Amino acid sequence: MVRDVTLGQYLPGNSLIHRMDARAKIVLLISFIVMIFCAFNFVSLALTAAVTILIVISSGIPLKMYLKSLKVIIFIVVITSVLNLFYGTGDPLWQWGFLKITWSGISRAIFVTIRIICLILATSALTFTTSPTNLTDALERLMKPLKVFHIKVHEIAMMMTIALRFIPTLLEETDKIMQAQKARGADMDSGNIIQRIKALIPVLIPLFVSSFRRAYELAMAMECRCYQGGEGRTKMKVLHMSAIDYIMIALMAVVLAGVIFCNIFFWELV
Amino acid sequence: MEFITAENVTFYYENDDEQQNSIIKNAIDGVSLEVKKGEFIALLGHNGCGKSTMAKHFNAMLLPQGGSVYVDGIDTKTEGKTFDIRKQVGLVLQNPDNQLVASIVEEDVAFGPENLGIPPKKIRERVDNALKAVDMYEYRKHAPYKLSGGQKQRIAIAGIIAMEPDCIVLDEPTAMLDPKGRDEVLKAIQKLNKENNITIILITHYMDEAVLADRVIVMDKGKILTQGKPREVFSQVHLLKKHRLDVPQATELAYKLKCSGVKIDKMPLTDEECVEMLEGILK
Repeated sequence: MVRDVTLGQYLPGNSLIHRMDARAKIVLLISFIVMIFCAFNFVSLALTAAVTILIVISSGIPLKMYLKSLKVIIFIVVITSVLNLFYGTGDPLWQWGFLKITWSGISRAIFVTIRIICLILATSALTFTTSPTNLTDALERLMKPLKVFHIKVHEIAMMMTIALRFIPTLLEETDKIMQAQKARGADMDSGNIIQRIKALIPVLIPLFVSSFRRAYELAMAMECRCYQGGEGRTKMKVLHMSAIDYIMIALMAVVLAGVIFCNIFFWELV
Repeated sequence: MEFITAENVTFYYENDDEQQNSIIKNAIDGVSLEVKKGEFIALLGHNGCGKSTMAKHFNAMLLPQGGSVYVDGIDTKTEGKTFDIRKQVGLVLQNPDNQLVASIVEEDVAFGPENLGIPPKKIRERVDNALKAVDMYEYRKHAPYKLSGGQKQRIAIAGIIAMEPDCIVLDEPTAMLDPKGRDEVLKAIQKLNKENNITIILITHYMDEAVLADRVIVMDKGKILTQGKPREVFSQVHLLKKHRLDVPQATELAYKLKCSGVKIDKMPLTDEECVEMLEGILK
């Protein structure tokens, strides 16, 4: 189960999205998220979904990977859509005690489901097609103005690089510790929720201890490699905004405007 | 003065025992040694003999509390020179997982040169060369966590080579690897020493790794026990055994034969030499 997590995984490739500048991709993703939450009716939602499908196809990443990233959040999707199903107003189509399903409830459930799916797909498209170093590098560059407020932008970016690098390593270690504890007779798969959470303590403590040891060693290894913060550092891969990036941002602006237009024009469809 | 010179180095750790009394433990107790440029040295000893502590003195990760260490004529205690020293002497640690910073092989190798402030095009060149030197070029786009231990350790070595140091200190680089991984790493180290003329200080407790070196330095309880060519050192089987140190299996066999009266002129170090010796005796 631990191995299924696709969070922050990068899949090298040479698609259009792979070649785009990481900064442009982050800006696009943020505006896309805004767009998802601006879509108030089915026409604008359809537009958003169409854009998502376009992104997914042009990323050149196998659909299987996207499905994997959706699998992780399927639980959240189901719960939120079921909750929304019962929150509608208007004439009930079906009623049982205080629970009632209405047309507006159904439409809300569909809305929420599509929104979450679009959100996850677009975010996955970013992490699948952008190497973590480029991603954090881009964040560092985009956050540069925050330096005025004495925010340590380089350090934050470095921390993110290391966090992304250690996700698979720590997952693997968690797996190992769990197996080791199971071999010693620990029971993790039965009992109620509180018992199960308690059963995790013997996993978390060794994990914490070893993470601190890893951190100490990593710090030493970084010092050995002459790391002394962001001052005077250069980059092997220099970010470069090309024509494609500007075109994409312009296109996104047009689509975003389209979504807002649809909201106003088809307002009665909500 | 040689490339690396240690003069009467002492270093101790302060620990608290159960009664909260601080006990001072001498990790290194008056060690003097010299390393020539281009040499391949094996620093040998069992756990707690001070060899890892010594390793950290060569690139100013630790500063001697007594005596001094000079790297290319610079005292490691000189303030503001730490950077220059680390640029010249790279240190590879035991656990490859904890040394890799980035999630893509080539970006990790680039980490060192990036810290040195080298222009992007030059970094690219250095990264490619470093990866080729350890035969990992075709893995440059891979994620480190998907590689084997030996491959990861070679990436860690490449990360140091990309900084173009004159000397690489390896602190038990094979301790966590399987036999195949050990073999890969040792081959890479030997190649770097022969072809790129990089000075190697290999810290190990495997005797058959020490045999590969030009010179072996044996440490015990923070002091140098003996040093010399592998053949000289390992012919002192009695001395090494007294300090609970092993000798290569081939040498041990020959030693036991010698003790039981078989005439042996030349102590074998490797399995091949041992076979040769046995054939000689049997004829």
